[in-house]
Amino acid sequence: MANVVEVESLSKSYGSVRAADGVSFVVSEGEIFGMVGPNGAGKTTTIECVEGLRRPDTGRVRVLGQDPLAERQAVAERIGVQLQASNLPGRIRVGEALELMASFYMRRADTGSLLERLGLEEKRKAPVAKLSGGQKQRLFIALALVNQPEVVFFDELTTGLDPQARRSMWDLVREVRDQGRTVFLTTHFMEEAERLCDRVAIMDHGKIVALDTPEALIHSLDVGHRVVFTVTDGGQGLSLESLPGVERVEMSGERVTVTGRGEGFISTVIGALEKSRVPFRDLRTEQPTLEDVFLTLTGREMRE
Amino acid sequence: MRGLKQLTLVMFRLYLREPVATFFTLAFPPMLVLLFGAIYGNDPTPLFGGRGSMDVSVPTYVGLILGSIAFLGVPITTAGYREQGILRRFRATPMRPLTYIIADVLTNLLMTGLGMVLLVLVGWLIYRVRFEGSILSIGLATLLGGLAMFAIGYLIACAAPGARMAQVIGMVIFYPMMFLSGAGMPIELLPETLRRVSNFLPLTYVVRLVRGLWFGDPWSEHWLEVAVLGGILAVCALLDARLFRWE
Repeated sequence: MANVVEVESLSKSYGSVRAADGVSFVVSEGEIFGMVGPNGAGKTTTIECVEGLRRPDTGRVRVLGQDPLAERQAVAERIGVQLQASNLPGRIRVGEALELMASFYMRRADTGSLLERLGLEEKRKAPVAKLSGGQKQRLFIALALVNQPEVVFFDELTTGLDPQARRSMWDLVREVRDQGRTVFLTTHFMEEAERLCDRVAIMDHGKIVALDTPEALIHSLDVGHRVVFTVTDGGQGLSLESLPGVERVEMSGERVTVTGRGEGFISTVIGALEKSRVPFRDLRTEQPTLEDVFLTLTGREMRE
Repeated sequence: MRGLKQLTLVMFRLYLREPVATFFTLAFPPMLVLLFGAIYGNDPTPLFGGRGSMDVSVPTYVGLILGSIAFLGVPITTAGYREQGILRRFRATPMRPLTYIIADVLTNLLMTGLGMVLLVLVGWLIYRVRFEGSILSIGLATLLGGLAMFAIGYLIACAAPGARMAQVIGMVIFYPMMFLSGAGMPIELLPETLRRVSNFLPLTYVVRLVRGLWFGDPWSEHWLEVAVLGGILAVCALLDARLFRWE
C-alpha cells in the first residue's frame, strides 16, 4: 500500500516549548490513522505541519509525494482539511459557504449531494451562526470534502460535541474512508481512537510514544482481563484461585474481582461459577483499553 | 485568480448583511444631506465661491464614505476574520492570498460606488446639487483615494490584535479626522488653526482632490494631493504586504 503521508524527524518549537520533537510516521492509503494524546501533546502542531499550514523547524514532510510547503497549491488541491481553530463568517449561509469553498478548487464535488449526505439540506439557507455545534462540524466536514480530496484531515473533530453527535461523526468519518479516501485525525478521546482508527499513534510531550493498531497496542500491555461479579451468600464454597489462567481473586464485601490472562480465561471462570452453584449476579468482564495503554506508557492518567 | 468572482460576490453580500457597516456607508451620508440641507439650505454663498452649502457638501461626503469603509470597515472585518480563524480556513485552500485581498478591495470599492450613487441621487433630487467635473476624473480620484485609505485600514488591522481593538483604533483615527479633514463638513467652516491641522490628515487629501475635480479643476492643480495619496498608497501597501498576518 502506498504511503499517503510521510513524516520524518519532524520538530517544531514555540519559544522554549518543543511542540513536536522528532516525530516520524507514515499514513497508508485507505486507512483511518489517528493521533491521540492529551491537550498540548503536539497533535495539532504535527497535523498542521502536514497540512502545510505551519513550517517545521526541522524534518521532512511529504503528502501524496509532494512537499506541502514548497508545493502548497498542488497539495492543497488534493487534500481536505478541517481545522481545530477556524470558523466562517457568522452571516454566510451554509449553501454559500460550500459554493465559495468549491470555487477555489479545480476538482469539485456536487455540493447539493454533499449537503444531502451530511444532513444539511434543510439548512442550505441558514446562516452559519445559527447552526448547532454538531451541524457546524458537519458543515466543516462538507467543506473538507468539497474538492473530492484523496486525504482528509480532521483535527479534534468531536471536541465539544455531546456523545450522540460524536457517534454520528464517527459514522461520517467511516463513510469518508469507505469512499476510498485516507483519513488522518487527531483526538484526545482514547475511546474515539480505539473505536474509529485502524492505526493509532499515541503522543505525549511532542513525541510518539507508541504506534500500532489499537488491538496490538492493548495486547502489548500484557495486563490481565478482569471478571467482576456480585455474590449474594458470601461466596461460600467458591474456589477460583486454582483455575488455569487465574492470577488473583479479590473480594470486597459481596463484590468479587478475578484477574487473569490467557485464551480461555473468561469462559473458564464463568464455567466454574456455574458449576459451583454459588448464586451470583451483575457479572461483567473488563478488558484493558487504550486508556490503560496510555497510563502504562506515560505513568499518567489521560484526562480531558 | 480562481474563486475571485465568487469570493467578491459573497463578501459583497456579507457587507450588505452587516447593518452597522451598511448604515455608515449607504444611509449615513444621504442622511447628512437631508439634515444639514434642512439647516443650511443650498443658497449660493460667497464663502463657497458662489456655490451652495449642499453643492460643496455632497463631494466632501465622498470622503466620509471612504473614511468609514477604510478606518472602520476594513480593520474591523479583517482583524475579526483573523481573530475568528476565518482567514485560516481560507489559507487551507488553494486560494492565493492576493485573491483574498483583491476580492476585499473590490467589495469595498463596490460599496463606495453604491454609497456615492445614493448620495448624489439624494443631493440631486432635493437640492439639484451642481456637478461641474467629469465622471471619469471623479472615478479615478475616488479609486486613488480609496486605495490609499484602504491601505491604511489594513495597516490598522495588522496592528490590532482583534476586532475590538481594531474598532477602537479605527474610531480614534476616524472620528476626529471626519471633522478636521473637511469630509464631515466643508473645511471653510473650520477656524484657521484647525485648518492647519488638516494638512496632516490623510483623508484631507482625498476630500480636496475629489472636491476640486467635482467642480472642474484640472488635475494639474492637484498634483500635491495625487502625490500625497500615491505616496501613502505605496508606503502602506508595502507595509501591509510585510506585516499582514493570517492568524
